[in-house]
Amino acid sequence: MSEAVRQHPALMEVNPPLIRAKDYHDLTEQISEITEGDVFKTPLKYWITLAITGSITVLLGGMLTFLVWNGIGVWGNNRPVGWAWDITNFVFWIGIGHAGTLISAILFLFRQKWRTSINRSAEAMTLFAVMCAGIFPLFHTGRPWRAYWLFPIPNTDLNIWQNFRSPLIWDVFAVSTYFTVSLLFWFTGLVPDLATLRDRAVTRTKQVVFGLLSLGWRGSARHWRNYEMSYLILAAISTPLVLSVHSIVSFDFATSVIPGWHTTIFPPYFVAGAIFSGFACVMTLLIIARWALNLNNIITMKHLENMNKIILVTGSVVGYAYATEFFIAWYSGNTYERYAFLNRALGPYWWAYWTMVTCNVISPQFFWFKKLRTSIPVMFVLSITTNIGMWFERFVIIVTSLHRDFLPSSWGYFKPTWVDICTFIGTIGLFLTLFLLFARFLPMIAISEVKGVLSYEKGAFKDQEVVAK
Amino acid sequence: MSLINITQTGSGPKYWRSVNQLADTPEFREFVYREFPVHASEMLEGNSRRTVLKLMAASLGLAGLTACRRPVEHILPNSQGMDAAEYAPGESLFYTTVHSLAGHVTGLLVETHDGRPTKIEGNPDHPHSLGAATAIEQGAILSLYDPDRSMQVLQAGNEAKWEDFGAAASKLPLGDGAGLRFLSETLTSPSLSALRAEALRKYPKAKWVEYEPVSREFELAGSVLAFGQPMYAHPKFDQAKVIVALDNDFLGLDSASPFMTTLFSKGRHVESEEDLDKMNRLYAVESQFSITGANAEHRLRMQVSEVKQFASDLAAGVGAVAGLNVVNNQANDKRAKFLAALVKDLKRAGAQALVTAGPRQPAVVHALAAAINQAVGSTCVAYTKPLIEKTNNGVDALKTLVGEMNAGQVSTVVILSGNPVYSAPADLQFSAALAKVQNSIHLGAEKDETAVAAKWHIPEAHFLEAWGDAATSEGLAAIQQPMIEPLFGGKSALEIVALVIGNKETKGHDIVKKYWTDQFTGNKEQVWRKALHDGVVSSSKTVSPDKVTPDTKKIAAALAAEPRAAASAMEVSFYPSASSWDGRYANNGWLQETPDPMTKLVWGNAAMMSPGTLRAQNLADGDIISISRGAYKMEAAVMVQPGHADNAISITLGYGRQRVGRVGKDVGFNANLIRTTDAYWSGQGFAITATGKQHRHASTQEHGLIGYEGSTADTQNSRPVVREATVEEYKKEPKIIEEMAEVPPLESIYPSVKYDKGYQWGMAIDLTSCTGCNACIVACTSENNIPVVGKDQVMRGREMHWLRLDRYYSGDENEPTVVEQPLPCMQCENAPCENVCPVQATTHSPEGLNDMAYNRCVGTRYCSNNCPYKVRHFNFLNFHKRGSEAVDLTVGIRMAEEEITSLVYNPDVSVRMRGVMEKCTYCVQRIEKVRINAKVDGRRDIKDGEIKTACQQTCPANAIEFGNINDPNSKVSKMKKQERNYAMLAELDVKPRTTYLAKLRNPNPELQA
Repeated sequence: MSEAVRQHPALMEVNPPLIRAKDYHDLTEQISEITEGDVFKTPLKYWITLAITGSITVLLGGMLTFLVWNGIGVWGNNRPVGWAWDITNFVFWIGIGHAGTLISAILFLFRQKWRTSINRSAEAMTLFAVMCAGIFPLFHTGRPWRAYWLFPIPNTDLNIWQNFRSPLIWDVFAVSTYFTVSLLFWFTGLVPDLATLRDRAVTRTKQVVFGLLSLGWRGSARHWRNYEMSYLILAAISTPLVLSVHSIVSFDFATSVIPGWHTTIFPPYFVAGAIFSGFACVMTLLIIARWALNLNNIITMKHLENMNKIILVTGSVVGYAYATEFFIAWYSGNTYERYAFLNRALGPYWWAYWTMVTCNVISPQFFWFKKLRTSIPVMFVLSITTNIGMWFERFVIIVTSLHRDFLPSSWGYFKPTWVDICTFIGTIGLFLTLFLLFARFLPMIAISEVKGVLSYEKGAFKDQEVVAK
Repeated sequence: MSLINITQTGSGPKYWRSVNQLADTPEFREFVYREFPVHASEMLEGNSRRTVLKLMAASLGLAGLTACRRPVEHILPNSQGMDAAEYAPGESLFYTTVHSLAGHVTGLLVETHDGRPTKIEGNPDHPHSLGAATAIEQGAILSLYDPDRSMQVLQAGNEAKWEDFGAAASKLPLGDGAGLRFLSETLTSPSLSALRAEALRKYPKAKWVEYEPVSREFELAGSVLAFGQPMYAHPKFDQAKVIVALDNDFLGLDSASPFMTTLFSKGRHVESEEDLDKMNRLYAVESQFSITGANAEHRLRMQVSEVKQFASDLAAGVGAVAGLNVVNNQANDKRAKFLAALVKDLKRAGAQALVTAGPRQPAVVHALAAAINQAVGSTCVAYTKPLIEKTNNGVDALKTLVGEMNAGQVSTVVILSGNPVYSAPADLQFSAALAKVQNSIHLGAEKDETAVAAKWHIPEAHFLEAWGDAATSEGLAAIQQPMIEPLFGGKSALEIVALVIGNKETKGHDIVKKYWTDQFTGNKEQVWRKALHDGVVSSSKTVSPDKVTPDTKKIAAALAAEPRAAASAMEVSFYPSASSWDGRYANNGWLQETPDPMTKLVWGNAAMMSPGTLRAQNLADGDIISISRGAYKMEAAVMVQPGHADNAISITLGYGRQRVGRVGKDVGFNANLIRTTDAYWSGQGFAITATGKQHRHASTQEHGLIGYEGSTADTQNSRPVVREATVEEYKKEPKIIEEMAEVPPLESIYPSVKYDKGYQWGMAIDLTSCTGCNACIVACTSENNIPVVGKDQVMRGREMHWLRLDRYYSGDENEPTVVEQPLPCMQCENAPCENVCPVQATTHSPEGLNDMAYNRCVGTRYCSNNCPYKVRHFNFLNFHKRGSEAVDLTVGIRMAEEEITSLVYNPDVSVRMRGVMEKCTYCVQRIEKVRINAKVDGRRDIKDGEIKTACQQTCPANAIEFGNINDPNSKVSKMKKQERNYAMLAELDVKPRTTYLAKLRNPNPELQA
């Protein structure tokens, strides 16, 4: 970096040393301490929160059991609305996952060093979100015990190859690849930190567990070299995935014949939306974590502001996509297309459409103002509304397109049942539970990476650069 | 179960499943006992070889009710030769029988599998069927297996034995019959009418009253007025060119047989250029919007009570009756214009004109119709005297009977089917009168309102379980042969009457056979067998039409005596229901779930009113109103019906039953509460008030929506899914239909498959012929084991009908035109559903069928989402699940209800489990059956017309054609060659195999705007 920085002083502007701590050790202490200590001495508020989210996770289990026992009929899905909250939730969670990969892979390749404060938790969030997402394609099938037929694994009861023309099969590959790569990427990044925890461990259990997980990390130069290399390669592999996963998810809709689905704009539009919602979700989680765990020195206002800028950009891209869709629907001269879009904005689901527009297009515009962009309460509220808006976006795309397609005779209306609602709430519970466990037991800041942007003495970073080199 | 016994007694190697079984330990027996409690008692009896065989037969009976349930009397399959009545397991056999409803009689052909009836079709040899059957006739088979049917003789509500009744019947104090009354439904059975004669001879002071809530009594009364004697009118719709339906839904429920539709559609078949000039023209005058109105070129809406004046004006217009008061109209009034044009058209048509009046209209309108036909010289109607003498018939006869019952003059009343406690006019207070009768005997299929009110209740055998006969109104008779012994020990009307009057013969079979063989000449047994085989008694005497002239003076006098209607007074009129008819099918799930052809309502009825009346009354769709007149009051939910007459409410009968099985419980509103003898079919002066309560209708199409919202530019006009043109337009520019949609050059990214070898199945549906009668829906339900999902699931949009009838309104909300469009799977060559299925559960056959492999389906529902026609249906829940309570069958078998209801399934079609997608298959099982038969016959080719899909087979209008489109000479290919053939949504490049022939209408140029 130093060479580049010297030649292009402007880079200093985007990549200043951000975080403050006394020294490396102090930083290690601060992050590691969160994961250490007697489990039973964890503050009560943590346990209360975990109990709540855990109960909601149990609710999810109950809902899924109920669903499998009775059939999809316990949801509100119908004909014509074959997919409703199930696939809405799937796309929503997959979208949330995008921020993690984007932060860890793309920002890494672009040398956006500020990512180091947030990448670990963003990656964890990705994994948890993809887990939540994965529940829906599995359980939305009428016969989930046969869902393994979607995988190209040898089975004697089917004796037939999958249909590779079906975007659902593409989904299976896209999502499973995404999850695998994200998991590897996250774990690879964790290895040096796990070794740190191992070295600091005081109980035998921790020593063994972290010892196994840290894969014999000793911090040797060879280790560091291999580590950096694999991290770079994984980043390179992940980068196209950021674009491909949501593009392929969007193909579920784009390759169909249904007006409102059958559009070429979907891949970029979905990716922008995914990043938008992912960043908003990272924002929500980090604002809470920052406050609860006193991480103000590591997750600084600059981080938050940077993320808000990305939210502003992607939110505007999404808004532009909405406008383009309407223009194309009108420009195409296709009756069915025109009706599909008019129906979105003015039909029985107008409230969903306008909720989406308000949350996704209008509210991020507040971030044009620095004062609002750097206000914690404002950004917290807006991160929540963005996620509401993005959930509605998927709902609008899926349900409003399906409920009135070509033949007016088959038009219908979808209403969620209590099972729909509880299942969705259940996945939020699962997501939060996993995140709480992660925050308690694993370093939620990349200790080894964040040290690269530590500013503990004015002007001293130049030496650090040299040292690092 | 009995397997254990077999292994112990049979010779040869013994197979055993466990050591315990081999040892036959008491523990194992106990285990089996608990595992199969249903057959436990049989198990514990001796285990001789005979017992084993008996048990085997019984348990096979469980699986399919095999030969052991076939009646001991000889029945003859129609599908085989006269003498080859051999039974091959697994092979389906067809038997003829006959069904009558409200005086309409249709010959039927019933498919049986291993002794159990599975599907009802029309008998092609019966002139009133010609292979077609109505929705209700076909749906009746489900009632056979209804576990809620009456199964017990009841004495004052307590379970009793048939023998108890026999003993009680022999002790009835009948004397000379002064206190004996029979109350039957419309008699169509020659043998029952012979028994009636016998009864009245034996008990000369007894009376036999015929009453049915829906009947042809006013038609008969009309002919009494016009001709001085009761006569049936036989309209020849096939010969008429100008047809006027005066409040006559002859294409729908005002004719309970497919016959009228068959005749009418003959005047609508367009196969060539010449046919265009031969097309008939239909004028409808009505209050409700019926499918007859929907098929009419010109429709005039008015209250039911106003039709009388219209008929009078029409009669005056054509000069049929002298000295009539003509209602003054302004010249530009729609009614006046309509009337003037109609008068001209009728006169022009002359011999080919036909005016008909509906069963709701009073006698005078029927008489006026006769007079008009006479005046214009119509040859399209014939009149015959009833073969079965009509005395004490109709609502007036019932009124007299109730009077006698109240006066204590009746000591014994025998109610032969029907449910008068529920269905008799409210002011007669039938149940109070019934309580005054010392011996009341009720024969009925259900433990219904009358069953619990009568002293004795006898379960009635289903018409597929009992011997009988029925003759059409011309007198052509057919034998009603049973295909199965009464499942729950039912008896027929014949048997009850025979028992009560102490007849020698008390078995249905003997009575019917004796009645007919006495009339036969030559080899009586041979003629009898032929009658059973053919489904028509060829020797039965048909009545030849009489030359009669209406007495116009009497008609004019009667008209003058009639009260005048006031269009301003709120009118309520009653209609039979497309689902429950008069209430008798209330517990029939298939029929309850078959949408009303116009309103698309299922599982309920509603107070239908015009949008204008709805607004004037300040009501909203779904509001529950109270409708009252004098002391009679009911509550009903309002539903808006575009095109309905103003200031009028129509409501269907047959809902709101109190004592009914589980299916019919709490379904709809009971209109009988306000149906009185003075407002029998319609009445004015009803008061309506909002109750503030709300009701949710279950309809299979978003009601109202397509009506006026949808007729705005964006949905209706620019979506050419149904296409119609007038004959003139089409003659001038045949391309007009094709040009209604723009189809750009299309290209698929996948290589296209050429379907040009072998058989390529395709379907063409003629919207001109289709009347929207629903017969195809029930045929499909029956053939393809389509489950009933119930009201709640329909409201959630999960009905399962593979074939649906879409109804589209267009134009003004008050004067809309309607097109009905049957929608099976389009079997697209480029099927969008196939592309998206991840597990290849739906793929294309080389013969162009879009096949569905249920076992492979995981249920992602992606195919349904991507189907532009939304013809795919997902099993959201286990819709085949039924009660598991055990029920006693007559043969001493206990069966779970679930097993009884599953007896109706067609074994050639798999029953789909929950979580899988299903859809129309073009009846692939029928294709395969014909293919196999062709191979067995050593043929290479399947002949055109040999395969008939279930919907096509039953269509009374012959609107559906199916066959090989690779054969240019096949009927379907020829139909598809017509210029009005179009592929719906062709612009999506899906290449549907099902195409439509546009609806052609033949309007009167004078009435065209």
